[in-house]
Formats: sequence, C-alpha cells, structure tokens
Amino acid sequence: MVTLSNVYKTFNKGTINEKKALDGINLQLNEGDFVTVIGGNGAGKSTMLNMIAGVYPIDAGKILVNQINISRKEEYQRAIHIGRVFQDPMMGTAAGMEIQENLSLAYRRGQKRGLSWGVTKSEKVLYHEKLKMLGLGLENRMSSKVGLLSGGQRQALTLLMATLVEPKLLLLDEHTAALDPKTAKTVLDLTEKLVSESKLTTLMVTHNMKDALRLGNRLIMMHEGKIIYDVSGEEKQKLQVSDLLKKFEEASHGSFANDRMLLA
Amino acid sequence: MNGLLVSLEGAISQGVLWGIMVLGVYITYKLLNIADLTVDGSFALGGCVCATLIVSGQMNPILALFIATLAGLLAGAITGFLHTIFEIPAILAGILTQIALWSINLRIMGKSNVPLLKVDTIFSKVVNFLGMKQMHVTLILGVLIVLAIIAILYWFFGTEIGSVLRATGNNENMIRALGVNTKKSKMVALMLSNGLVALSGGIVAQSQKYADIGMGTGAIVIGLAAIVIGDVIFRKVRNFAGILTSAVVGSVVYFVIRALVLRLGMNANDMKLFSAVFVALALCIPVLIRKYKQRRDYSEGGEKNGNTI
Ligand SMILES: Nc1ncnc2c1ncn2[C@@H]1O[C@H](COP(=O)(O)OP(=O)(O)OP(=O)(O)O)[C@@H](O)[C@H]1O
Ligand SMILES: [Mg+2]
Repeated sequence: MVTLSNVYKTFNKGTINEKKALDGINLQLNEGDFVTVIGGNGAGKSTMLNMIAGVYPIDAGKILVNQINISRKEEYQRAIHIGRVFQDPMMGTAAGMEIQENLSLAYRRGQKRGLSWGVTKSEKVLYHEKLKMLGLGLENRMSSKVGLLSGGQRQALTLLMATLVEPKLLLLDEHTAALDPKTAKTVLDLTEKLVSESKLTTLMVTHNMKDALRLGNRLIMMHEGKIIYDVSGEEKQKLQVSDLLKKFEEASHGSFANDRMLLA
Repeated sequence: MNGLLVSLEGAISQGVLWGIMVLGVYITYKLLNIADLTVDGSFALGGCVCATLIVSGQMNPILALFIATLAGLLAGAITGFLHTIFEIPAILAGILTQIALWSINLRIMGKSNVPLLKVDTIFSKVVNFLGMKQMHVTLILGVLIVLAIIAILYWFFGTEIGSVLRATGNNENMIRALGVNTKKSKMVALMLSNGLVALSGGIVAQSQKYADIGMGTGAIVIGLAAIVIGDVIFRKVRNFAGILTSAVVGSVVYFVIRALVLRLGMNANDMKLFSAVFVALALCIPVLIRKYKQRRDYSEGGEKNGNTI
C-alpha cells in the first residue's frame, strides 16, 4: 500500500522562477491498484512520480510504502520498493553494457552488491526465459550491447528490468510517448501483461486518453499540482473520452476565470 | 644501431611501467567519464612515499609499494570526497588534491629528490637472484606485473561491484534508480584509479632509481595520449581484457615515439608541448569529422544527396 499525504513541492522557491509543482497531494493506492494518470503539460504528473522515487526531496508531507515513511530517504534507498520506466528510452538502460548485464543490475535492485560474479549462469537461464516472453528475439542477443537496440526494444527491456524483482510500486512516466504507434502498442500490451500477471501496484502517466480509459482500474486527473479527479471501478469503466475532455475544460476554465478575477 | 636498440628496450620498459598509471586513468576517464587531474600528484606521491620508505625507513621494496598504493587510494578518496560530498566539479577537485600533494610530497621526502642507489629495489632483488641484466629484468618484471593487474581488473569489473562502477559511468540515473549510491561508486573508482597511479609511480621510481617531486608532472596527458593511441591501434577489440591491454600498448607506443623523436634531436623540454598537442589533436579530430559530415550531408533542396527514403 502506498500513501501520499499532504505532499507539497515548489521548485526554485524565492526566485522569479518559483513554481508550485505539487500543491497538497493526497493519494492512497491500494494493493494491486493500476492507476492511469492524466493531466495537461506542467500539471505535476512527472513531479509526483519523481517525488515518490526520491529524485528530489519534498517540501512537506509524507510518502508511505507499506507503512514505512520513505519521504526522507535517498533515491537509491527507495529503489528497493520501486520499479521505474521513463519517457526517454535512453534513460532506463546502460547503452554500453550487454543486455544480460543490464538485467543483472536490475536483478539486484535494492540489494547489497559484493564481489561475486556479476552475471551468474543460473541467472542467464532466467533472463533467457524472460526475454523470450517479450517476443522480440532478444533472448538470442543476450551479450549484445543495449546501445544497438531500437527505442522500442530498449523500452521493453527497461520494463522487464523494472519488474524483474517484483516492485511494491511501478512508476511509468509516459513510457510509450517516444515510440511509434505500433511499437507503443507492443510495449503497452507488455505493460498490461506484466502488471496483471503479478498484480503490481502501478502509476502510469499517459497523454493518450484512450489508453488511460482502457487500462487500469483507476484514473486520476491532475491540474496545477492538484489531483482534481479520481475515479475507479465501474465508474471508470463507464467513462468516455468526452467526459475527460469536459473535466479538463472545467478545470482550465476555472483557473481562467480566477485569473480574470485577479486581473479585474 | 645497438644504441637504438638499447634505447628502444628502455622505452618499452618505461611504457609498460607507466602503463599501470594509464590503467588507472582509463578507469576514471573511460569507464566513469571523469577527468581526474589528481593523477599528476598521486603518481609523484607513489614515487615519493616508496623512495622515502626504502631509504629512510629501510623498508622492503615490495612492502613500500604496498604502502605507496594505499597513499594513492587515500589521495583518490580526498578528490572523491570533494567531488561527491561537496559537489565540487571533478576537474577542480582533482586539481585541488594535485596542488596539495605537491607540498605533501615535498614534506614526505624533505627535499625535492631522493636517490635510490645502493638500496634494494624489486628490480635489483631479481637481478641479484637471476643474474640477468637490469634492463631485461625491468621489462620482464614490468610485463608480469601489468599482466597480473590486468587480470585483477578484468575480474573486478566482472563482479557485482565492478558492474555497478561501469554502469555508473554509463548511465548514472539508471543505476541510482536500481538502488546504487552513485557517490559511493565514484568514490571507489577514484580510489582504485589513484591507487594504481601511485603504484605505478612507486615502481617507476624503483626502476629509474630515484623519486623526484616533478616526476608526475604531465602524467595525466601521457595517460590520455596512451589511451587514444591504444584506441586507434585496437579499434576492433571489444573484450574488456583486450581493451585494458590496448591502454598499456598505447603507453608503450607513446614512450617509443618519444624515444625516437628525442633521438632525432628534439629537446626533451619540448616533449610536454608535443604530448599536449597530440592529445589536443586526438580530441579535436572526432569533432572535426562530425562537423565535416554534417556539412557534407546537408543539402538545401533536401533530396540532392539521395538522403530521402
Ligand atoms: N527540476 C525542475 N526544476 C524546476 N521546475 C521544474 C522541475 N521539474 C518540473 N518543474 C516544473 O514543475 C511543473 C510541473 O512539471 P511536471 O514535469 O511535473 O509536469 P507534467 O505534468 O509531467 O507535464 P508533462 O505532461 O509536460 O510531462 C512545471 O511547471 C515544470 O516546469
Ligand atoms: Mg511529465
């Protein structure tokens, strides 16, 4: 179970570039929740994921994973709980290292690393099996450098790496946005499969509203650092793209009206 | 002709012994993407510590090398501390340690030069034991030491910790997301690197029979030059042991070229200018090639070169 309570984050506080990115986020994820996250540019979606992962410290509030408060922990210390896939396919893998080496680094996520061999024989068997499941033929190229793979292949590999050791929380930040539609679909299908197989608690940011509606059991919409809409279960199932657009409209109009009032 | 052969053998031996330093530079510069300028200071540190221990402390030359290596580890730790904990840019952190080491090295030796005549070195011990010529012993022993170090590095960078160091140089964000404290891995890399550099300084001091306060000046440039040369010669090599070997071979080639141009009458004092220009060119050429290709492939019409699919 993951809980965010009263999480605030302002970038560049006290300067002309001050930006309130998270404005009192409260969110409780139940075990196995697959939540899609939507919202306009700059709404704070990435920031919310980054705060959970510990990329930057939060200004106020608490982040709990299974009752453990991780808000003051370093990014590398939180890794034991969290698997991540980023928007940029280059971000999630080490280009100059072999496919199996990348997997072996992920296989030890959050574990202490010592002087035993980096990739053992029995691991290779496991990786072969897992790679085969991707259906991209990577199982026959395990000692190729990851830099030789296409963006989609790298993203599929990153997804596999993020879930190789079951995370308590999986964070996906527009992880198919940089891919062509066909590859995006492959990676999205894989996401669905991996998440449902292990019932992973997942936060998935996307700009594709159809995907946001189709996938997951719950949807949240963000606007100006706040969660303005949170639906799940049957209510989400019935939701249409037009409903989401209307919500967007309402949200931005609201702020537009407020701006006008301030100016008047 | 005989004189040439002798000076070539000397150059090869020198290249091999300095090759240990090049391996150290390789770890930071190539694997971790850090330009660490501690090297000039830690090389001299190794020589100074080693010479002082052997002469003033009458220490066994092997033990002295061991302690010189520890001193190098410490020097690397100081740079690592400044860089990772206090977020001082790596280049500046290295320069600070290097400058500080100049004074420290003078303090250690008490003067600017310590000769190693009439004392045992690892080389004189073997000479006495086998009755071979010092020149040959230097080369053979040097090669054996380098091979052992390459074997150890090959093993180390295949272990879990070694993989983490390589990954830190490759994609720091990724390996942090996988639970690694990258500050620690950079620290380990800087220590390991400078430990090797100091070991190299100690061995070089023993082979040339003196340690000198200025013996490390320009070491980093020699290291980079050797790596570039090795890269060019072993362009096709992918195996990690092969790549490490190429760095040492690069060092040997560097010292052979150096011996040749000196023989051709170049002033020894101009050698640093020569090395600097060489490394600068080596760094410039890839950029020039890239810019040239960009310009060549550009066409206003967009289709002239048949670049469209
Ligand atoms: N490291 C940072 N430094 C300063 N400002 C930042 C930083 N990261 C995000 N911001 C600002 O915080 C706000 C929220 O950004 P965030 O990246 O979370 O938006 P997002 O919802 O992910 O948008 P997008 O859909 O464009 O990815 C933006 O105004 C952004 O400019
Ligand atoms: Mg974003």
